[in-house]
Amino acid sequence: MRFDEEFFNLGYIDKLAYQNTFIHRLDARIKVLISVLFVISVVSFPKYEILRLMPYFLFPVIFIALGDIPVGFLAKRVLIVSGFIFFIALFNPIIDRKVAFYFFNIPVSYGLISFFSIFIKFFLTISILILLVATTSFSGICYALRYFRVPEIFVNQLLFLYRYIFVLFEETMRMVRAKELRSFGNKGGDIKSFIKLTGNLLIKSIERAERIYYAMLSRGFVGSMPYLRKKRIDIYDISFFAISFVFLVFFRFTNISTAIENFIKR
Amino acid sequence: MHMADALISPEVGVGFWALSLGGIIYSARKLKEKIDEKTIPLMGILGAFVFSAQMINFTIPATGSSGHLGGGMLLAILLGPYAGFIVMASILTVQALFFADGGLLALGCNIWNLGFYTAFVAYPFIYKPLFKNGKNIFLATILSAILGLQMGAFSVVLQTYFSGVTELPFTTFLMLMQPIHLAIGIVEGIVTAGIIRYLIQIRPELFESLSGNGEALVSLNLKKVTVTLLLLTVLTGGFLSWFASTHPDGLEWSIEKIYGKPEIPEKDHKITEFLKNLQEKIAFLPDYSFKKSNKEQEKEEAEKYPNLDAGTTFSGLIGSAIVLAVIFSTGFLIKTLKRRKN
Repeated sequence: MRFDEEFFNLGYIDKLAYQNTFIHRLDARIKVLISVLFVISVVSFPKYEILRLMPYFLFPVIFIALGDIPVGFLAKRVLIVSGFIFFIALFNPIIDRKVAFYFFNIPVSYGLISFFSIFIKFFLTISILILLVATTSFSGICYALRYFRVPEIFVNQLLFLYRYIFVLFEETMRMVRAKELRSFGNKGGDIKSFIKLTGNLLIKSIERAERIYYAMLSRGFVGSMPYLRKKRIDIYDISFFAISFVFLVFFRFTNISTAIENFIKR
Repeated sequence: MHMADALISPEVGVGFWALSLGGIIYSARKLKEKIDEKTIPLMGILGAFVFSAQMINFTIPATGSSGHLGGGMLLAILLGPYAGFIVMASILTVQALFFADGGLLALGCNIWNLGFYTAFVAYPFIYKPLFKNGKNIFLATILSAILGLQMGAFSVVLQTYFSGVTELPFTTFLMLMQPIHLAIGIVEGIVTAGIIRYLIQIRPELFESLSGNGEALVSLNLKKVTVTLLLLTVLTGGFLSWFASTHPDGLEWSIEKIYGKPEIPEKDHKITEFLKNLQEKIAFLPDYSFKKSNKEQEKEEAEKYPNLDAGTTFSGLIGSAIVLAVIFSTGFLIKTLKRRKN
């Protein structure tokens, strides 16, 4: 069942995010910033570029190695989401058939090159995103967002949402399971029962929100939520940021592969 | 229909991030003025509710395929446009982060496509006028869900087109996206209307208290929203046309349309000939020729396609292989060193 899987996946990422490694200890603001720069840098390459994207694999590899993230987990996550992009990118080799060069007499078209380029970009951007979340606690990310002046209501919203996803997922899972136990064959999967199920879930949720509000009031809620003050930015954070930044600039504006090769040939 | 990082250019990504953040900041300001403390936990819970409801699949009659709830319209109806938009944005953010739907840069596009149109176009202009005192729930909800999704789908097509990463022709993509999202919109509308009607039937007082929230916000600002929308449209239009102008194909195409029109009388050919010669001589704006010569076309193609002959491509290939080998062995080395330490 899809439901259980998503639920356990969410819990698993949450568990990964609370490890204690060098990458996990880095300040969330630094990691968010570097991830965004990384994505922009990767995406800004022209559409026929493949080779110059290769050095960027350094970042996911370092995150995986230093952050103790299982490679299989990452690969599975990336594969799951690749449907839509595969569908869109598939048009490139079909439409753009101009031959770019011959690879041992096999013609390679520009469309095929851009197809692979899209896929590599996709792999890089999605894996850095998954790795960011798997090495940073969600409250850390929210703190970073707040620091970057994202409106408080929105950040609070994210914190609430994340907290109650776990609660409501369990509730929904119980309701779906109860429904399935009572429905035989293919029954119970139609729109009508879906509406009743979700309608009930909605009413339960609204009532729960009321109870939560009173519970918050009795604990001194005054309309805003305090944030834990995180540690200051230390020497590790600064050096990680500086090194990553230099690498990103270096990867973007020089062609390392060709440089290395020319060096060897000489 | 989540947009992905790999399909958009950085300009489009950053541009739509700016638009979506603008929407979030604007909505947050509006909410701060009027918000009831009670709404804060309610927004969070309803977000989590939509998230869970999205996970439940149901079969669509007559087609046999399965669908699920999107939730944008439902949130707008229950919470009003501002809170609805913020909640939808937060759902998309969590989806992007934990389910890798889309990506960091594409998140701006996704919030815009799936959040903005339902909350700020479909809700105030279709749902509100149609829905009066519990009447027309189905009509109002289905129409607004369809409109919201159609605009969202159109927006996906535009973003893809202006990013220029895929070869997918504009019209083909449009013809694919709009009908699919018409069907999705109808299903979304039916399900949303069903849930709302169920809520009204079972707990009318809950629905009353909720929609009172949104109503106060909307009736106050319908004019303002209209003005802001118009402004935004103009801004987006300007923004997109700026892209179009940096997009050489679009510009050249339109110029050809203007100058290459067959309506230019035969007589004028001499003049154009003369102008062309003159232009070639002084080489003023060489690209703006009235009719492209073969040479120029070749040149253009050469500009469009980078020169990738086998020699240069393979020259980088070995270097790249070395780079990758170094990267992966570094990772491997770190892992083994760590294991030994433990």
